[in-house]
Parts: sequence; C-alpha cells; structure tokens
Amino acid sequence: MTLAATLLAEAENPLIPHAYELVVGGFAFLVVFLVVGKILTPRIQKTLVERTEAIEGGIKKAEDAQAEAQRTLEEYRAKLAEARHEAARLREEAREEASQIKAELREEAQAEARRLIQGAHAQIEADRQQAFAQLRGELGRLATELAGRIVGESLQDETRQSRVVDRFLEELESADGAAVR
Amino acid sequence: MDTLTLLAADKFQAPGPSIFDFPPLYAGAPAWLNKPVLFAVVGALIVCVFMWSAFANPKLVPRGVQNIGEIGYIFVRDQVARPFLGKDAERWMPLLLSVFSLILLWNLFGVVPFVQFPIASHIAFPAIFAGTIYVIKLYLGIKHQGFLGYFKNMMFPPGLPKPIYVLLAPIEFLSNLIIAPFTHAVRLFANMFAGHLILAFFSAVGFWFLFEKLTPLGAGLGVLGVIMTIAMTGFEIFIQFLQAFLFAMLAAMYLGGSLHPEH
Repeated sequence: MTLAATLLAEAENPLIPHAYELVVGGFAFLVVFLVVGKILTPRIQKTLVERTEAIEGGIKKAEDAQAEAQRTLEEYRAKLAEARHEAARLREEAREEASQIKAELREEAQAEARRLIQGAHAQIEADRQQAFAQLRGELGRLATELAGRIVGESLQDETRQSRVVDRFLEELESADGAAVR
Repeated sequence: MDTLTLLAADKFQAPGPSIFDFPPLYAGAPAWLNKPVLFAVVGALIVCVFMWSAFANPKLVPRGVQNIGEIGYIFVRDQVARPFLGKDAERWMPLLLSVFSLILLWNLFGVVPFVQFPIASHIAFPAIFAGTIYVIKLYLGIKHQGFLGYFKNMMFPPGLPKPIYVLLAPIEFLSNLIIAPFTHAVRLFANMFAGHLILAFFSAVGFWFLFEKLTPLGAGLGVLGVIMTIAMTGFEIFIQFLQAFLFAMLAAMYLGGSLHPEH
C-alpha cells in the first residue's frame, strides 16, 4: 500500500471514542493510580516530610549548640570578671594591710625612740641629782672644814652646821643656778 | 478504488484524519489490539516502572532516579496541587501525580521514534481521565457543600445584583456541569490530534518530495518539509508537556472548587 493509498482510506470520526479504548484507558489509569498513587506517592511524601524534619532538626541542633556555646562563653566571661575583681580586691586589701603595718611599725619605732630618750633623760637627771647631792655634801664638808680652820673653832652642833651650809648653798644656787645646771 | 489510487498516486496528498486509524497489530488479532492500545498499556507500565525505581525505597538524601522523580513530584505539588488545593494538596497528590505522569508520557510518545503516536489523540483516553475527574468533582462538591449548597454556590455566587442571576445561573450551570468536562478532554485531545497531524504533514512533504517523487523543483520543498518537521517536533515536545500540565492543573482546579466553594 502506498502512502497516498493509506491517506485516502475512509477516516473514522475522531470525536467518537472507541469502547475498547475507554476500557484500556481506564485500566491503564487504574493501574498507574494504584501503583504510583496508592503505593509510591505516600512513600515519597513520607520521605519528604522526614527530610524536612531532618533539616529542621539539624538547624535546631546547631542553634542549641550555638546557644550552649554562648552560655558557656558568658559564664566564662562572668567568672573571668569575678576573678579579676577578686584579684583587684585582694591587691587593694594587701596594699591597705601593708600601709597599716608600715604605720604601726613607724608608730612602734617612734614610741621606742621616745621611750629610749625618756630613759636617757631620766638617767641623766638621776646622775645629775646624785652628782649634785654628792657635790653638795662634799662641798659642805670642805667649806665647813675650811671655815673651821679659818675661824679656829669647830662647830660642834651638827644641826646648825648643816643649816649654815644649806643657806650658803641656796644663796649660791640662786646667784649662780643657771651655771650649775 | 484502484483508479482512485492511481490518480492520487501522481499528486501529493496531505495526511488526513485517517492516519489516526490503525489496523490490528497482526493478521488474525482482535480488532481492539492495535497500536494505540498497545502503547497505552506500555506507557502505563513505563510510568509504573519508572516511578517504582524512583520511589520504591526513597532515601532522605536522594540518588539517581529518585532525583528525577522528585523533580516531577515537586513540580506537580508546587505548580499544580498547592495553588488550587492549598492544605489539601498532599491528600490529592496521588491522583494528580498519576494523571500528570501518565498523560505526559502518553503525549511524549508522539515524538518517540518508531512509536510516534500521542496516545491522547484518540479521544477515548482523555475522555476516561476527564470523566473520572468529573465524577470526583461532583462527589466532592455534594459531599462538602451539600446537594443544594453545591448548586447554589455554583449558580448563584453571592454579591451580584439580582437580575444578573437570570443570565448567570444557566451559564454557570452549563459551563460547570456540561462544558467543563467536555473541554477538559477535548483540549488535550485536540492539541495532540493537531500536533500529530502537523508532524505527519511535514514528514509527508519531506518523504514525498525527496523520496517518492524527487524532482529538481520539488527538492527544495522536501528540504523545507524536513526542517519544519524538526522544528515542529521541538515545538510539539513543549506542547505535549504544557497540555499534560494544563490537564492536571484543571483537574486540581475542579477538585479545589468543589472542596472550597469560595474560590
């Protein structure tokens, strides 16, 4: 059969469906719907949902990890600040303590020095008094002896003798007090 | 018949509707066992096998065929189901994915070498799909809106001046219940029918002027026929995809309209 012969054959009305094609089409549709629609589509839908969850879960996990890291960092920073603060406080305390100790030592040293000076003064005074008393006794005796020799008479009355000596010395003292001291 | 053939054999004859009629596959086969029936079933099997290899054991991290299958699934879900069905999209994906994938493959048969026949150019195939969608649409509409509510929502959309309804109600009734399923099937059928006819015409021009009746004058026309065949084949692939998409989209629109009358 040539091409032309084929083309010239009587055509069926293309708008009238063949009954057998309706059956075959319906059968093909049903098979595809059962296999693709009923069996396979739920599977891929489940997988897509799982994939979404996995991705969202991954993002959530990363966010959690980041939050955890952030929290740790904050904690670390807080601890560091606290430690710095503590160190500063200790340093301040030590400085205060040191200055306090210094002041105390100075005070003590000064007190010690004052005490030593006072002791020395007292000693000097005592020595002076002693020397003065000794000198007064010696001087009285010498003077009396000298006067007795000059006058030629011994003054027997001890009391009167010493009164005379004392008066003499007091006169001497008032006249020349600054020189003795 | 012989004289007619002889006369006609000298002239170029454009292919007509008769190229859509097929004899039985082999001598003695039943009349229904012809090329469209064979490839309708083969197409269904290929869709099943392909989808099975893609989605039988889907992985969280897709590999190989699953990637291609997912492109198809996500295309139908995002471009067809979700715009018209919203939160019901997942529930109707089994139907819409089946409709889209089978019709797409049947259409693509129009440009597959040696098959070269778009199954949907026989109106019985689009008709069975459109009819199924139509039945589901009516069932869902009556189930979700009530029998009277369905017709009321369809024919008397609120917010219009009263006299308009005299015109609108019959138009809406006709367009929704009688014309819609008809155009749903015929749009696909006619596109595939015309596309196949165009490809057949340009191939016939090339074959006739370059092989059967090669003449110096006719050769240029034959070359033009071949070039046009190639160009139109590319265009047909686009139309075949577009019509499969449109058919599934209209199905989603009809179902969505029955589920949510406010749209």
